[in-house]
Amino acid sequence: MPSVMIRKGEDDELLFYIAKKDQEDPIEKVETDTDDAWGGVVTLTDGSEWYIDPISPRPSFPTTLRFKRA
Amino acid sequence: MSSMTREETQALIQEVLEVYPEKAKKDRAKHLTVNDHEVEQSKKCITSNRKSAPGVMTIRGCAYAGSKGVVWGPIKDMIHISHGPVGCGQYSRAGRRNYYVGTTGINTYGTMNFTSDFQEKDIVFGGDKKLEKLIDEIETLFPLNKGISVQSECPIGLIGDDIEAVSKKKGAEYEKPIVPVRCEGFRGVSQSLGHHIANDAVRDWTLGARDDDDTWEATDYDVAILGDYNIGGDAWASRILLEEMGLRVVAQWSGDGTISEMELTPKVKLNLLHCYRSMNYISRHMEEKYGIPWMEYNFFGPTKMAESLRKIAAFFDESIQEKCEAVIAKYKPEMDAVIEKYRPRLEGKKVMLYIGGLRPRHVIGAYEDLGMEVVGTGYEFAHNDDYDRTIKEMGDATLIYDDVTGFEFEEFVKRVKPDLIGSGIKEKYIFQKMGIPFRQMHSWDYSGPYHGYDGFAIFARDMDMTLNNPCWNKLKAPWLASDDDEAPVAAAGE
Repeated sequence: MPSVMIRKGEDDELLFYIAKKDQEDPIEKVETDTDDAWGGVVTLTDGSEWYIDPISPRPSFPTTLRFKRA
Repeated sequence: MSSMTREETQALIQEVLEVYPEKAKKDRAKHLTVNDHEVEQSKKCITSNRKSAPGVMTIRGCAYAGSKGVVWGPIKDMIHISHGPVGCGQYSRAGRRNYYVGTTGINTYGTMNFTSDFQEKDIVFGGDKKLEKLIDEIETLFPLNKGISVQSECPIGLIGDDIEAVSKKKGAEYEKPIVPVRCEGFRGVSQSLGHHIANDAVRDWTLGARDDDDTWEATDYDVAILGDYNIGGDAWASRILLEEMGLRVVAQWSGDGTISEMELTPKVKLNLLHCYRSMNYISRHMEEKYGIPWMEYNFFGPTKMAESLRKIAAFFDESIQEKCEAVIAKYKPEMDAVIEKYRPRLEGKKVMLYIGGLRPRHVIGAYEDLGMEVVGTGYEFAHNDDYDRTIKEMGDATLIYDDVTGFEFEEFVKRVKPDLIGSGIKEKYIFQKMGIPFRQMHSWDYSGPYHGYDGFAIFARDMDMTLNNPCWNKLKAPWLASDDDEAPVAAAGE
């Protein structure tokens, strides 16, 4: 269950930063991404998948969240 | 591009690895790679931030070096106590050339060494009392200090002293920030963890000090320089450019910086990050907590500088963007003259680098501006995100080495035969004796600044001065030299 910081990149894409692993990759797909909820299975551009229970209301980025491996 | 093909470079790595025992060979193989632009993520080709193999010569430092030496040390109006035995502080004292303005010993303390000088009895009975006494003495002798940081050396963590309690108590007594930093040398694999610990200490103990105070007048053009340690005046050479652009530089972290500047940083509009490795943690924290965006920039060499200045200006309105173009245009003739003078003398020369922090990738542009080619680069203590950024900067099929050992570096140099090596003091004399021009790229070899437009002129001069120094073809005794001897080069496999 790593703490993950999610921030907006230069092109407004969301970046998924795992401090412990020095890994920062753009998010490719989010399962639930509506105006009032955000979460579910999150797929990164490197192919890895992470899970978080959908958060409602949608969090404002940047923020730190705890993810599980999907 | 590189004079060696991908296969040749790969073969060289294999050859160098031959001498190791099986296990060490397997381990070290992961740290050496041939650059490939097709690889997007460095974790696929290189492993970094791992413990050095026992028995090899590594050039790394410790967590204390990362915290006291790099992040906290340059903050000039604080007193940084090297808490523990005397050596750590004494042998690292004033060696980094992070310049500052002030009267040392009166209102600034950058080059002084404060230590609790642990003895056996302090190890046995604990050193908290001694620390209290030390803080009292500091307050008596140096009343103009603006704060104190307690930089732990190894024994503090081993004997379990409670430096946090002492700091809180004394901080309340003197109404000054007293910051305990748990940067014991044994933590982590290199100085890199020390940077992180120091960043966390800044976050926990100083950054929020003026959160509820809005008496300070902010403007729309406030920026902070993060991760510039003012080596030989680097931060000053960068700062003037930003100011010419119409920005207001509120804080310098931490070269020539003060604690008050650090406390004001959460009120700026943009954090400019030069050394990503040592200060990305605090930038990310400020982005999350205060919503301050941060960006990496590169002030080495006119090409990269123009790119960075434009990128910085893009965060602000048109007046700044106009002034940014004016600044670039103003310095262009000066830079053209520098390049015109030195490029013919340096064109086509090959450089190998092995440094720390940001330089193994940031200076590549400056060398390219002079027509030189970087054929190998490596970091002492980088993590994978640094290599992600390096892959793009380096030429295809060039060597990349992580935490290179003394043996590997020598062998690479013998085979690649660079015309210039940029690394630290520990490597300097080995390579000079091998007959290869060398610049210390940690401390700019007692020169500098190298950042900014002014710095580039000095950089170009220094590289020329080193490379084209007549001493390099005098290495062989005259009676041993044959008539057609050229400058001697170290032979491979000797």
